[in-house]
Amino acid sequence: MQEIPINTLTSSSVILELILRLKVKDVMSTNVITATKETSLRHIQEIMRTERVTGLPIVMGKRLVGIVSMDDIIKALDLGYIEDPAQDHMSQNLIVLDEEMPVSFAINYFSRYRYHRFPVLNKYKHLVGMVTNRDITTVLLVEINKEVEQLEKNAKVRAHATEMSGEVHTYPILKNDFENAGSASTQIKKRLKEAKIPNAIIRRAAIASYELEMNMVVHSNGGLLKAEYTPTTLILTAQDEGPGISDLEAALTPGWSTASEWIRSLGFGAGMGLPNVKSVSDAFFIESDVRGTIVSATITLEPTEDEDERQGS
Amino acid sequence: MNVKDLKNVEGITCLYLADEEQTVGDLYCGDLLSDVMANATEGSALCTIQAHKNTVAVASLLGLSAIILCNNRTPSDDMLEAAASEGISIFTSKANHYKTALAITPRL
Repeated sequence: MQEIPINTLTSSSVILELILRLKVKDVMSTNVITATKETSLRHIQEIMRTERVTGLPIVMGKRLVGIVSMDDIIKALDLGYIEDPAQDHMSQNLIVLDEEMPVSFAINYFSRYRYHRFPVLNKYKHLVGMVTNRDITTVLLVEINKEVEQLEKNAKVRAHATEMSGEVHTYPILKNDFENAGSASTQIKKRLKEAKIPNAIIRRAAIASYELEMNMVVHSNGGLLKAEYTPTTLILTAQDEGPGISDLEAALTPGWSTASEWIRSLGFGAGMGLPNVKSVSDAFFIESDVRGTIVSATITLEPTEDEDERQGS
Repeated sequence: MNVKDLKNVEGITCLYLADEEQTVGDLYCGDLLSDVMANATEGSALCTIQAHKNTVAVASLLGLSAIILCNNRTPSDDMLEAAASEGISIFTSKANHYKTALAITPRL
């Protein structure tokens, strides 16, 4: 039985996505041992024995012309033509796979045909590899393992995020209160740490909350920083009591700043605040007039696949 | 290297030692705290002249291993208090950022 016990239509969506995403070229073995059509069947038998393969593709240059299988060899020994060249007895009625086909095709081929292996051709019809069901199951196991790890990770994060869900914390921020600046962000960070949210995400939340907090200390007449936890996100909202941002577009441009010399001497007012918040957030919203400014930054608490690349800059 | 090894670098004096076994993974030089916030990586030691409490807040939020105050800057008292409560080690260096980082780099 050469069937791979995976239903290519009704399996779980993770498996279906996997066997459609993986291409034949991802699972095939590429160091293919071949023989020419002049090679004797006895010599082929020798190669099969030493290389531990059960079938050998016969090629002319890069073109596949046939296959000699273990069955063909047994038959040759039985009927006494083992010294004949491959071309006289090789199977020429070949079923091949294209390297760009999804693995689901290959799985279907193994259930539909009795063959133990399929040659793989590229778009120029050159032989580029061989696929056995072992090749497929090996790669599938590795990939399924990765998927399961990711699912487990997400489930864990979801469980922790759920524990915080519904919590709303508000932190009053006073104008020019450098004394306490950073304490709201520190508490938000501690809450996320307690809930075992992944470090890369805590880092983004810390950057966003710190910049929002500092913005209110440096620029506003004071306001509130609100941290709101939903099952999957942290929503940070900074709402101040004015005086408003005169040029929103400029405020979102890295390097643009209205901070005083004194503020700058403390290391703030580099014009990186709002751009930093925006770049670390998964959703960002800002609205401002003379009555005040509202900035909302949402951070998804589940890791994204490219988390390593988006450390926030 | 660990935080306690910073003491052995010439020109560097320890002012407050929190977790002496904490690893110093990298160095970051900067005085603009927003830039530090956006770019310094966890475990780094920060070379800066910002000798005030807010630098400790940034270090704590980023999980930095130490703050090294360059050009012989002395920290305010509340900076040392904050460092103690947040567990951030503080050092001072006679040299500027560049020369401080240069002296530490071979030991990293």
